[in-house]
Amino acid sequence: MNPPSRNSSSFVLVRHSRKLLAASSLTLFAFMLLSAFLSPFLYMLATAVKTPQQFTTDGAPIWPAKEATYTYEGEELTIYQVPTAEGMQEWALFKPGRDESQFIDPDNPGAGPVQWTGAWRTLEKIWRFDPVFENFLYAWEAVDFPKVFSNTFIVAALGMLGTTISCTLVAYGFARFRLPGKNILFILLMSTVFLPGMITLAPKYVVYQKLGWIGTWAPLIVPHFFANAWNVFLLRQYFLTLPREIDEAAMVDGAGPLRTLLAVVLPQSWAAVLVVMIGHFVWAWNDFFEPLLYLGNKTDLYVISVAIQKFNNQFENQPHFIQATSLLGLILPLTLFFLAQRYFMQGIVITGVEK
Amino acid sequence: MAELIQVFKISRPAHRERLGAFGRREAIWCLLFLSPWILGFLVFTVYPVFSTLVMTFTNYDLVQSEPVRFVGLDNYRNLIADPRLGASLVVTLKYALLAIPVGLAVPLALALLMNARNLRARKFFYTLFYMPYIIPVVSTLFIWRGILNPQSGWVNMALKALGVNEYLLPQWTTSTTWVYPALVLMSLWGIGQNMLIMLAGLQGVPTSLYEAARVDGAGPFQTFWHVTLPMVSPVIFMNLILGVISIFQFFVPALILWPPGNGDPGGSTFFFNLYLYHQFFTYHDMAYGATLAWLMFLIIMAVTAILWWTQKYWVYYAGERQE
Repeated sequence: MNPPSRNSSSFVLVRHSRKLLAASSLTLFAFMLLSAFLSPFLYMLATAVKTPQQFTTDGAPIWPAKEATYTYEGEELTIYQVPTAEGMQEWALFKPGRDESQFIDPDNPGAGPVQWTGAWRTLEKIWRFDPVFENFLYAWEAVDFPKVFSNTFIVAALGMLGTTISCTLVAYGFARFRLPGKNILFILLMSTVFLPGMITLAPKYVVYQKLGWIGTWAPLIVPHFFANAWNVFLLRQYFLTLPREIDEAAMVDGAGPLRTLLAVVLPQSWAAVLVVMIGHFVWAWNDFFEPLLYLGNKTDLYVISVAIQKFNNQFENQPHFIQATSLLGLILPLTLFFLAQRYFMQGIVITGVEK
Repeated sequence: MAELIQVFKISRPAHRERLGAFGRREAIWCLLFLSPWILGFLVFTVYPVFSTLVMTFTNYDLVQSEPVRFVGLDNYRNLIADPRLGASLVVTLKYALLAIPVGLAVPLALALLMNARNLRARKFFYTLFYMPYIIPVVSTLFIWRGILNPQSGWVNMALKALGVNEYLLPQWTTSTTWVYPALVLMSLWGIGQNMLIMLAGLQGVPTSLYEAARVDGAGPFQTFWHVTLPMVSPVIFMNLILGVISIFQFFVPALILWPPGNGDPGGSTFFFNLYLYHQFFTYHDMAYGATLAWLMFLIIMAVTAILWWTQKYWVYYAGERQE
């Protein structure tokens, strides 16, 4: 038996609006969560353009602002909100006193000082929105960002070149060729993921020292020419999804294995190669510990993370400079991310592909 | 990412292949392609691991104040009488007990939210939740130290506005207790990767299982407990293993925020690896440092082995024969 049609249409309507309610409340919840999650960015932006006075003044707002002032007879006076008989006035404090003070009305300075009874300390200051972008200029020069940027760029780009070339070759080897014991080699490769970095650090440092590499970029670049587990894994997983027939067709046409890789397999694999390239570049850009360790006191070779950290710890009580450098440090990775988010997040999709 | 585990599950070789003339050529090509890694593996992994092991039986130091000689088990005996070793292990354990569960639960919860049927603008959300993952750790730490500043930080200002007593406000960056939650909060900006991995796991759960659960009358909680959780347990397991390994090695933020890394405030950030770092590069005692490194390696291996063994009780690999 069918229910009366009148009822069923209202039933659909109720169900529809209930669904809409569920969707909008869940989305609103996610949005609030996201706002809290990203609020430190707002803190960084607001703090980076504040004046140092704002940190020491009571009642200063959390947004970048300056106390409003009025210049009267060559003197800079702070403007307060003053309750008077004619309502709230914005007057400049001229002569503060315990119980009585003299104010100047900026709209009518000719009238001279106005007497006001009350404790001026209880009055609220007027704050005007006033971002100080000079903070960035100062940080830019003090950290020597042009040099630090180009240092980091060279280190990241050369390492990227190394890891891309070596990981592509190794991944192709693992994906396509038969070799007795290849599985064991692959397990060995992947177990390096679980190896703590500290266990290899001391001998590596000693070797670099003997080679004269401490205080140079070499330890930050050269090891990347010898492949690493994650990127090989990612590329191998991708190569395994390509049909073997394309290799075989190239081989039949007389192409050697290296040519097959370069001319047939790579053109099909740009998505995965870009994931590796961008991934390494940003990793190197963000890396802190290795540059700290291997560059030693060669300040002219410093990369961005180390330079920012050294600068910020000299300016512990100057939050505006700290946040300004933090912003300058993240601007390039963030821009890259928004230009190529697909390639940042694709790695998971590729490694998850069924074999 | 759970596929990584599968790599280690290949127990017996498929079948022995006899190499013909063609096969031999193929094998040579294979070795050529693998050679960058094989060389790198020998130079940057095999040699250093064994070299570190040998160091533990010597008096080797970086500045070589005295000739290198074998000292037997001296370094190992020193481990027992080292008060800072115990203290740094406790610090690391305290942080791990907080950071490991949070590092699993928060990405999973976020992934569940991202996977919810009722969520609109899904891509917008997971892109922005992922985004802080790519921010340089130095920037992340200084931004968070600012926002967690006990006096001027927004977090405490918000708590105050919510009515928390001024004397009860958490002293995030200066208290020896609150510094752990502070560091965990800072680490939340790095959960993007794990969230995506969990999300991929959730999306891999066949919808037929959810339908079957609904037909059987399971509620949302039962469905989560009996369908979702078992199906993503391999992913959780993988993140657990990698999380344990990375958190046992945690120390760089302590070095960045409290240079030169004396464990401020009050020794609360004197992590095991920070101690190790100082043995290497402050005291130049490579031999004792190497002993500490091996100790940590053994601890990590033991914990990993235990977790690996627990797999059979809680990790469910679909498509694998149940015995």
